[in-house]
Amino acid sequence: MNTVLALAVVAGSLALAAWTVVVAVRGTGIRNSLLVGLLVLEGLLLVQLVVGVALVAGGQRPPSTVTFFAYLVGILVVLPVGTLWSVAEKSRPSTLVLTVACVAVAVMTARLLQMWADARG
Amino acid sequence: MAEAPGSRATGGARLLVAVYALFAVAATSRAAVQIATKFDEAPLAYLLSALAAAVYVVATVAISRRTPAWHRVALAACTFELLGVLAVGTLSLFDAAAFPDATVWSVFGRGYLFVPLVLPVAGLVYLRRHPVPDHALREPGG
Repeated sequence: MNTVLALAVVAGSLALAAWTVVVAVRGTGIRNSLLVGLLVLEGLLLVQLVVGVALVAGGQRPPSTVTFFAYLVGILVVLPVGTLWSVAEKSRPSTLVLTVACVAVAVMTARLLQMWADARG
Repeated sequence: MAEAPGSRATGGARLLVAVYALFAVAATSRAAVQIATKFDEAPLAYLLSALAAAVYVVATVAISRRTPAWHRVALAACTFELLGVLAVGTLSLFDAAAFPDATVWSVFGRGYLFVPLVLPVAGLVYLRRHPVPDHALREPGG
């Protein structure tokens, strides 16, 4: 795990989570700028997966490789599902579904960092 | 924001369903990995993980369906979930030996930011505030 990358993901997803709360409170609806932000975050998650695979291939081992990869891959699904869900029904609570998705990405990445801290190479 | 008496959850319920869905996926994956890779280490804890996962899946589906029957299922699932998190949470504090490895409900869901403790309460409050009227029984399109 690249710590800088992971911390960027955590910070980015928390920032997006805050943004979605603002959107929900103001009731402005989801605009393209927010979607672009989500797309960038998803890109970072893809990079994170590639980096994770490269590190494990390079011989470093987290305590449970299965769980590690399940997180790395599973995290990719969270934002698309959350986005589709909240775009499907345009209401304030639906926008908060995206908040949940962003917070979930932050928590999952924090958990990945924790796992990686216990890795031995 | 009025709650439309449809067959699907709308508005605020979506948020609740989203969090439930997240926990259903998280708990199911965790239980699957635990049981597949190290079941012998802590069978009780892992079976509890699987049970918790099943309850989350049922609750997710039940809350998202607005019919009287699903409403009852949702009430039962949330109640069971609340009792489960309280029982396992308490046991894991006082009899740590019985829980050598963590479950979603250990220490009242501390590993999951205590969301497992809040979720069933939120579910029960929601279900109480949004009873399904009997005339909504005939949902459009079945």
